[in-house]
Amino acid sequence: MKYDSQPTLPAPASTIGAVGWMRKHLFNGPINTIATLVLGYFSIIFLWPVLDWSLLSADWIGTTRNDCTSDGACWVFIGQRLDQFLYGFYPEAETWRLDTAFFILAALIAWLIIPSTPRKGWVATFTLVIFPIIAFILLSGGYFGLETVETHKWGGLSLTLVLAVVGIVAALPFGVLLALGRQSDMPIVRSLSVVYIEIWRGVPLITVLFMASVMLPLFFPEGMTFDKLLRALIGITLFQSAYMAEVVRGGLQAIPKGQYEAADALGLGYWQKMIMIILPQALKLMIPGIVNTFIALFKDTSLVLIIGLFDLLAIMQASANDPNWIGFSTEGYVFVALVFWVFCFGMSRYSMHLEKRLHTGHSNRA
Amino acid sequence: MSEVQKQEDQLAIEIRDLNKWYGEFHVLKNINLQVQKGERIVICGPSGSGKSTMIRCINRLEEHQQGEIIVNGVPLVEDVKKIEAIRKDVGMVFQHFNLFPHLTVLENCVLAPIWVKKVPRKEAEATAMKYLERVKIPEQALKFPGQLSGGQQQRVAIARSLCMNPDVMLFDEPTSALDPEMIKEVLDVMIELAQEGMTMLCVTHEMGFAKTVADRVIFMDAGQIVEENEPETFFNHPEHERTQLFLSQILNH
Repeated sequence: MKYDSQPTLPAPASTIGAVGWMRKHLFNGPINTIATLVLGYFSIIFLWPVLDWSLLSADWIGTTRNDCTSDGACWVFIGQRLDQFLYGFYPEAETWRLDTAFFILAALIAWLIIPSTPRKGWVATFTLVIFPIIAFILLSGGYFGLETVETHKWGGLSLTLVLAVVGIVAALPFGVLLALGRQSDMPIVRSLSVVYIEIWRGVPLITVLFMASVMLPLFFPEGMTFDKLLRALIGITLFQSAYMAEVVRGGLQAIPKGQYEAADALGLGYWQKMIMIILPQALKLMIPGIVNTFIALFKDTSLVLIIGLFDLLAIMQASANDPNWIGFSTEGYVFVALVFWVFCFGMSRYSMHLEKRLHTGHSNRA
Repeated sequence: MSEVQKQEDQLAIEIRDLNKWYGEFHVLKNINLQVQKGERIVICGPSGSGKSTMIRCINRLEEHQQGEIIVNGVPLVEDVKKIEAIRKDVGMVFQHFNLFPHLTVLENCVLAPIWVKKVPRKEAEATAMKYLERVKIPEQALKFPGQLSGGQQQRVAIARSLCMNPDVMLFDEPTSALDPEMIKEVLDVMIELAQEGMTMLCVTHEMGFAKTVADRVIFMDAGQIVEENEPETFFNHPEHERTQLFLSQILNH
């Protein structure tokens, strides 16, 4: 039998491109067409005032509330108070130290995120071991002629970031240990891990913070004081490690039993097996969970308000109560929401991207 | 005494009165088995007969409750150091290959020699390449397992075990998860290995393989060894009715 090879034809124009997409998703059939039109109408009706308030009739330029003359948002308030939102009560002359610390952090993260950069292992170690020391020296001072800035002066977005980053980074190793403990064959280790995890997961963060700040000092000997921020950080870390443990456990459970058996059969010891075989694979599966936890923590940091620390939200509220700016809290809340959203959305997109890139595991197997 | 001692030196594996339960279920019943050094044994039987469980007891992937297992003169007891020592000398190949998907083929092969046997990396890599050549896929060394076919993955798994320079190799249905056209390439590697004198215990239904290389074929059913014999007698004159039924079912389809 004889056959001719057929030419490859382009797909019909009505099924591809923007027109094809709209046909398929917005206008396929009378019901969908009506739904699209109705929803489109309502979107415009509701979105227009928002757009108008926030952008079209908003005031952008000026220095006092008197410059806000139109009906729209008064972004002058945000502009005037931006430094405070970012740095809290940190001395103005010293804010370059915060800028430097966060610039280094951003650079390090960028280095780790961009796939083509070399020596990721070293940079990661530097980020986790050396950078915290540099950041601590820069932020709190007292060395190399840097003026000491006590932690009660820290605030704003920089405090939010310090709480979230320290909380998550410190919680991860504890979380891993707790998750391994929970899977352990040793009954005492297992019960202790379970008890720890369940106790911390059963308590609201706000209680933990309150206890760390108000009750803990009652147990310390007279005269012994502990930095308030440090206490909050310890509380957050202990709390967060319980959640992290559950994320890690989920990752560990998703690793096929055959991987454990193969490692065992080769004679690898427990820690070798975990560090070289199981955890590297589990970590990929844990990324969405870790990011999820991190996003939750990032937002939860606002709770430190109740122990008298001024994070981004708290400092905005304080500014909105300033007699000079009373009546502009809406702008403040929108701004804070936007900042939180940008950070959280960024993290969420990155984790999606990472998941796709790392997707080389068991699903490829025959 | 010295006669007995000498005989025991020749034993790679000795299993005495082995009993195992999964909860209430009695999965291995009074298993007795002696494997000489260099002997090739094929274990077959219907599914659920305990054949995989038995060989998994030999390197303690399964724990037994009664009886003794002695590997290379070392009794298998509840002692992590002894278990790890035995696992160093006993290689295992799994039905689903169980390669480490996050490591390259070469890394899969050198990991255990470097970390368990403390072999220098250069030397471990040379050994790994030697064995990858022997299983005929040296050119895949830098790929990841997910990029290989099932047959290639299983050959890597065999090479990975050989890199530990084991005295005994356990095969747990090594060809059962493979597409038919890939079975031969794996069996060829196994046959070559057998001809070089490796002590092998294979759980498999590849009767051609059994006829070619096995010194003994063991038939298990319901947790017991029903019959063991050299392949010639086993296939042509099976003693027990149960064996005859099993053979007629797997040979005449």
